[in-house]
Order: sequence, then C-alpha cells, then structure tokens
Amino acid sequence: MTAQLPGWKSLPPGAVITRPGSTVEYKTHDWRTLRPVIDQERCIRCRLCWLYCPEGTIIELDKPYTTKAGRKYTRTYEINYDYCKGCGICAQECPAKAIKMIEEVR
Amino acid sequence: MSTKPKIPTIWDIPREELFAPGHRMCQGCGAAILMRHITKALGKDAIIVEATGCVEVTTTVYPQTAWKHPWLHIAFENAAAGASGVEAAIKALKRKGVIPKDKKVKVVAIGGDGGTFDIGLQALSGMLERGHNVLYIVYDNEAYMNTGIQRSGATPYKAWTTTTPVGKVWRGEWRPKKDIMGIVLAHRVPYAATVNPAYITDLYMKVRKAVEIEGPTFIHAFSPCTPGWRIDPALTVTVARLAVQTGVWINYEVENGEFRVTTPVSRRKPVRDYLKLQGRFRHLTEEEIAEIQRMVDEEVERINRLVGKTVIGPVVK
Ligand SMILES: Cc1ncc(C[n+]2csc(CCOP(=O)(O)OP(=O)(O)O)c2C)c(N)n1
Ligand code: SF4
Ligand code: SF4
Ligand code: SF4
Ligand SMILES: [Mg+2]
Repeated sequence: MTAQLPGWKSLPPGAVITRPGSTVEYKTHDWRTLRPVIDQERCIRCRLCWLYCPEGTIIELDKPYTTKAGRKYTRTYEINYDYCKGCGICAQECPAKAIKMIEEVR
Repeated sequence: MSTKPKIPTIWDIPREELFAPGHRMCQGCGAAILMRHITKALGKDAIIVEATGCVEVTTTVYPQTAWKHPWLHIAFENAAAGASGVEAAIKALKRKGVIPKDKKVKVVAIGGDGGTFDIGLQALSGMLERGHNVLYIVYDNEAYMNTGIQRSGATPYKAWTTTTPVGKVWRGEWRPKKDIMGIVLAHRVPYAATVNPAYITDLYMKVRKAVEIEGPTFIHAFSPCTPGWRIDPALTVTVARLAVQTGVWINYEVENGEFRVTTPVSRRKPVRDYLKLQGRFRHLTEEEIAEIQRMVDEEVERINRLVGKTVIGPVVK
C-alpha cells in the first residue's frame, strides 16, 4: 500500500511543524540490541535512571509497590520500550544494581 | 550581589517532559540528557532558537518535532542574531499592546560548539554587546559532530578528530581548547555558568537563574558524544562525571562578576581515568598524558586563585 502524500499546496508555508512533540510517532525501539529490565524488588526508587535516560523513556508512576520483604514504596519506575535505544546508561547508573541489560530477542 | 536560590534536589526536577522521545540522537547522547533537563528548567514560557548541528537535525526531522516549545530553526552561524530579533520583536509587540506588558517570555538560543566558538562567535558577541534579554546555551561536544567529527575551536588538546588525525606526524588536535567562557565574560554579562549532564540539579539551578536574570546570560554545557568521542554509550554519564572529578571540567558560575565553583572537588582523580575511557585519546603516550595533566593542574590553580581558596584539590591516586 502506498501512503497518500500531501501535495505542496496543502503543506504549511515555511515548513512549519504544527504538532509539538510529534516525534512520539516515531518509535526508536528497533535501535536496541540490549534491553534494560528493572527488578522491582531491588529498586530503591532513587530516580537516577529516570534522571539520566537520554530518551526520557523511563516513566515515573505513582504506583505503589510492596517488596516481598514488606518494604512499601509509593512510586514505581517502568520502561516504555517503544523508545528505549538500549544505551545502558540506566543500568550503569543504578546504585542498587536493579537494572539488567539482557539480549533483545525479536 | 548574588542571589542565593534554594539549591534544588533531585526531587525538584519536574516529572513532566517538555522534550519528546522519538528523536534521532545517538544511543547514549549526552546532548539528549541536557535537552531533557534544560527544557524542564526553562518552563513553558520560552522560545527556543536553534543553530543547526546535531540537536537540530535529530529533533526536527520533517514533519515531526521533539520540541514542545515554540522553536525556530536558524542557520549555523546566527542563532544569537535570530534570538536577538525574536527578543526585539517581543519588546515591540509589548509596546504595541499585542502581548501583555507583564508577560515573561525568555528567548533561548541553543547552538553547538562549532556554531558558537567558531562560526557563530560574531553573532554571539553582538548579542551580548547589545544586551539582549536572551539566554544562550552552547552544548559542547568538542567537534563538528553532525557533519562527521571535524575539529572545532572547542576540540581539546591531542584529541583525535577526522580533521586532526593521528599518524607519524600528527597526534590529534595540537591547539588548546578555546576559552569561550573567558570570551563571554569579557562582555561583562550579568550571568554565565558551566554545566555538566552528570550534575543535573546543578544544571537545573543554573538554567533557572539564567532565565530569571534580565539581560544576556550564557551557559556552557559539557556534552559527551558517543561516536565522536569513541565511548561506550553506557558510559556517557560516567565520562561526564569523571571530567569533573579529574578537573578537566569545572562546574562554576559568574554572577555579576562574582566567581563561584558550584561543584568543589576535594581530591582529584588523575586525568588518565577520564582519557582512558575514550577512543579519541587512545593514541596518547605516557608523556602526552603527563602533559595534559600539567595543563589541567595549571587551569585548576588558576580557578583556585580566582576563588581565593582551594576549591579543587590535588590529584590523589
Ligand atoms: C554556513 C554553513 N556551513 C556549514 C554547514 C554544515 N554544517 C551543519 S551542522 C555543522 C556542524 C555543527 O557543529 P556543532 O555546532 O559543533 O554542532 P554538533 O553537530 O557538534 O552538535 C556543519 C558544518 C552549514 N549548515 N552552514
Ligand atoms: S537503556 Fe538507555 S534509552 Fe533505554 S531506558 Fe535505559 S537509559 Fe533509557
Ligand atoms: S536507578 Fe535503580 S534503584 Fe534508582 S529508581 Fe532506577 S531502577 Fe530503581
Ligand atoms: S553524534 Fe554525538 S552529539 Fe550528535 S547525536 Fe550522536 S552522540 Fe549526540
Ligand atoms: Mg559540536
């Protein structure tokens, strides 16, 4: 199927892009050869992986979590794998060693 | 007089993202980390004017954009001139009553080191000299990365680039890095600071300050580049942190002439620790590393003299 491309007359003048943040339509997950996986049991909710991710693809959620040892957290960090490029910064920076980089299998 | 805002903690950084994913910056790009947190610190009332370079070409692949701010593409050499024009237009529109007089909008120019240290230097100097209410941010990845790692005035001594190759005669870049902060400060601007992506709360505080202060302000941001520096993408933040821990990079700010180091380092690590993680320095001999160590020692001494006490300590192995 060929996509219907807009003609030049229907494009905004000056190549103005009118949709802020629209790169979300472009998923970058297929750049990834390694996949970061967060171990929620080990994670101490320090926020560092969220802070340093170049893609902003680690999501901070107000989602409670209780570890098997009974430790209660109000926040949870989850990875949106649509954009993760697998750089490994999160795993490198995690002070609790809660993130493992595993081989990506598609 | 210097304003002493509350030093932010990691929990003060807003959760909301103003810089969208799906951009095409390389895996582990330092500039991507910078842009995420710069946009958070700017808040919504800012207009960004961007010189071409990596950040521009990777974030605005038509018909999409990663930016949520009003954002203007400008040629390689004139982000500062474009930003000056936008700021003047805002003034005129306020005068004509089109925009409310009390509406605060900061114009922010962003350029790479090539676009700032080299080809955009005249536009930058003009902007600073005329006193526009513009914040200029240079993300310094120490070469022309977008076009294939050509050296710039910001390339450090002995670094390999495609135009300062390593062979029998050439040993990488043979000129020292240009002192852009010195050039900016010679314009007597009210605020100028250096920031580093490993130290986000420091960056956040400085961008907030630079937005609040009226007049031309300047931020020089350290920006590790994975292909250009030949580093493991996982080590971007590690390399950035080591730059500070070795004294290769010093986080400081100059507010109305008052100089302050914001990340003191009591015991420095040897520069070797920083250099050895980067392929662009792989060719260095022991003597060459010792020479770079001496250059860093001299700069640290100069900074300590400026502050009037030892804020960056000696190398401890
Ligand atoms: C006048 C002019 N010369 C050359 C170019 C090609 N060009 C585009 S970006 C760039 C290099 C940008 O280097 P820098 O400012 O350091 O940004 P980086 O790509 O490293 O992020 C060059 C040479 C251009 N766009 N305009
Ligand atoms: S691997 Fe990189 S891109 Fe993926 S979540 Fe971690 S820091 Fe973000
Ligand atoms: S860096 Fe590690 S410990 Fe901290 S929030 Fe992320 S996964 Fe949890
Ligand atoms: S070449 Fe370097 S600065 Fe440019 S996007 Fe890639 S990592 Fe970032
Ligand atoms: Mg550059």
